[in-house]
Amino acid sequence: MNLNATLFGQLGVFFVLAWFTMKFVWPPIMKALDERAGKIADGLAAADKAKSELAHTEKRVVEEMRKARESATEVRAGAEKQGSQLIDEARLEAARIINQAREAAEGEAAVAAQRAREELREEVAKLAVAGAERILRREINPQVHAELLANLKAEL
Amino acid sequence: MATGHEAVAAPSASEYIVHHLTHLTSSGHKQEKIIDFSLANVDTLIFSLAMGLAAILIMAIVARKVTSGVPGRLQAAIEFVVEMVESQSKAIVHGDRSFIAPLALTVFMWVFFMNAMDMLPVDGLPLIWQTISGDHHAYLRVVPTADLNGTLGMAMGVLLLMFWYNIKIKGIGGFVHELFAAPFGDKIFLYPFNLLLNIIEFAAKSISLGMRLFGNMYAGELIFMLIALLGATATWWGLGLQVAVGAIWAIFHILIITLQAFIFMMLTLVYIGQAHEGH
Repeated sequence: MNLNATLFGQLGVFFVLAWFTMKFVWPPIMKALDERAGKIADGLAAADKAKSELAHTEKRVVEEMRKARESATEVRAGAEKQGSQLIDEARLEAARIINQAREAAEGEAAVAAQRAREELREEVAKLAVAGAERILRREINPQVHAELLANLKAEL
Repeated sequence: MATGHEAVAAPSASEYIVHHLTHLTSSGHKQEKIIDFSLANVDTLIFSLAMGLAAILIMAIVARKVTSGVPGRLQAAIEFVVEMVESQSKAIVHGDRSFIAPLALTVFMWVFFMNAMDMLPVDGLPLIWQTISGDHHAYLRVVPTADLNGTLGMAMGVLLLMFWYNIKIKGIGGFVHELFAAPFGDKIFLYPFNLLLNIIEFAAKSISLGMRLFGNMYAGELIFMLIALLGATATWWGLGLQVAVGAIWAIFHILIITLQAFIFMMLTLVYIGQAHEGH
């Protein structure tokens, strides 16, 4: 509990140690602490940004999904419409072909009937001329009486 | 027990205590006068310097390898102290802290390390020293803060800094004017009273700052010695009590050494902070 020169020794050491700390210890540690604080702040800001970006992206995904679904519905509707149109066209075509075929068959039938009638008519005329020849014998000259025969054929 | 040469038989309890409370002086003998500036306590100087170097060396090692990335355990521990000191100094001192904050960090670490010498066995280092020096009654005290010179030396440093910052902030004229004009008022007939009170205030601050730390550490050391005396009875209850009470006191002392280091640092900041503010 006595006082002596130790007092001044301690006083000197006090200032030297404080000076050393000020010069070599404090600045780098404070710099590191400030840098880390900055990094943490940046990290937090980046996390916030990423979060808002994620929300934005999710919204866009939902929007895109909705759009895709809509266009798919549209495509399906279009395809169905086109399909039914194709079926209708095919049906019409088929009906047309059937009609054509029927008309052609009817036409052919009519021509055949006409020809058969004309053949029959010619045959009947020949028979009538032959019959008349037999009746009239030489009195009728085919060249002289050709007009008469043609008239007769037309009447039949 | 004055010279430390006559006791061949085991020392009595009071001789043991007195021996342990006597410093290793530069003369090698016990200081007789209360104040004698021709002597110095070699043990206090060596251990305080060693603890100071240990403290700043640890901090310097951390400062050299410091990273703003993921810190190691040592760096995290030092950073914890640095941030504590930084926030305290920021709250207390309003002004340029480029020296004050590192000073507070140094004071805290240094005082803590010096106080921590109290946790070593009271007879350990003295016994080693007695063996090395060959003098079986050589004096050695290992706790620099349990020496009034050690604590008052630091308190004197704080006092000088109080003057320095008072003059730096207010100018010599402003400081002298404040010494005479505050706290009672700027009247001629009040000047003596103002000056007297200011002198008392500065003295009280410095002496109480040093005395508080000294008193706590001195008392702590003394109690460790008394506990050691329990074991010296060499009875089963004496040894048992030494172990039990010694453990309890040592654990409690961990709190005291930390708290006293913190208090010394805080008061250093408060006193220097007051120099930044006018009355």
